[in-house]
Amino acid sequence: MRQLPAVLAEGGAHFPPSVEEFFLPGLGGQPWISKITVLLWLGIALVILFFLIAYRSPKLVPSKGQWLAESMYGFIRDGVARDVIGHEGLRFAPYLTSLFLFIFVSNIWGIIPLAQISPMSHIAFPAFLGLLSWVLYNYAGIRKHGFAKYLRMNTLPPGTPWWVAPILVPIEFFSNLILRPITLAIRLFANMFAGHLILLVFTLGGFTLLGLNTVLLKPISLVAWLLAILLTLFEAVIAILQAYVFVLLTAAYLQGALAEEH
Amino acid sequence: MHLFLLAEGAAEQPPNPIIPIWQEIVVGAIGFALLCFILMKYVFPRMEQTFQARVEAIEGGIKRAEQAQAEANTLLEQYRQQLADARGDAARIREEARADAVGIRDEILAQAREESERIINAGREALAAERSTIVRELRSEVGSLAVELAGRIVGESLEDEARRRGTVERFLAELGEGTEPARAGGRR
Repeated sequence: MRQLPAVLAEGGAHFPPSVEEFFLPGLGGQPWISKITVLLWLGIALVILFFLIAYRSPKLVPSKGQWLAESMYGFIRDGVARDVIGHEGLRFAPYLTSLFLFIFVSNIWGIIPLAQISPMSHIAFPAFLGLLSWVLYNYAGIRKHGFAKYLRMNTLPPGTPWWVAPILVPIEFFSNLILRPITLAIRLFANMFAGHLILLVFTLGGFTLLGLNTVLLKPISLVAWLLAILLTLFEAVIAILQAYVFVLLTAAYLQGALAEEH
Repeated sequence: MHLFLLAEGAAEQPPNPIIPIWQEIVVGAIGFALLCFILMKYVFPRMEQTFQARVEAIEGGIKRAEQAQAEANTLLEQYRQQLADARGDAARIREEARADAVGIRDEILAQAREESERIINAGREALAAERSTIVRELRSEVGSLAVELAGRIVGESLEDEARRRGTVERFLAELGEGTEPARAGGRR
């Protein structure tokens, strides 16, 4: 561990990476304007600009940009909203697509050079989105079925023997009405957090190996960096997948809330 | 090193990663709300409109194609009908022409036949007339010759006697009875 100062001078980071790596100080030490929030705003701006430009004059026969924008909307609209929720789900398609794009663009920062950290690795954003999904599906369910009926549907599945109810009702209540937003948020957050950590481990590990006094170990840093590159590609898949999973689960919860009693 | 640590400021203790930073929640909420607002107000409804317009365009296109197809079918039927009519007309005209030709030929034939018959009859009549003339002349000549001959043989003139009794005519008449059928055949 003697060579650590050298590494610090070079990359300004410790090895192994710690939680501190995720909390770079904001401008003047406050969290309002930090790398994370700037990336978040940048992502939002990119999505909005892309869609406004691609859709400023829509044609029946779309141009490439219009086609791309339509495909993204169509992917969530037909692939998630309609297929998971059913015909009723089409009215949620705009929200679900916005949600997907927001998470996706935030996730993808994790592998963009120079950015290389996803805002979603800060639990504040996934937590907020999870809470929003929770409010949305509960609101939709209560509006459709009424509070009492909705509560009964979610805690006491029809056909339950009476003697199971004392165990089942708390479990169902807990899993359907409390845990869902938490699992949504933590799944997304943990994936992005872990992804960033893995990339840090291999990148900084490479530098650490290079800085070692043992000459034989130096070439291994190349292996570490190669792995960092491969894992970056892997992270790209994770970024899309986690955005999709978040939206898919939100849609599934909406479907459950809107479903008729069986 | 010192600067680095100073920049960290109060965050000597790294923040707990599963405790949300409330400022970030606010930023995220505002950002996401903005994104949702703009996309859901200005983009996605127009996309739905475009999808709808596209569906209508396709359905309209199909309808137009169906109409054109139906029109083409009626036209084809009409042409077929006209063709069949024309064929019928042609057949009828041909039939008429054939009938006309037959009639004309029959007429010409009949005329020709009539004409030939007329010529033949005229010929026959002329022939018969000629013949009867000749027969008459021959008869008188033969009579006179025979009488003259008989007179020479007998040595006296039998002319008055023969004229008186009509011997020559009777003889010839008897002779003529033998040739009656031939004369009858020549006559009508």
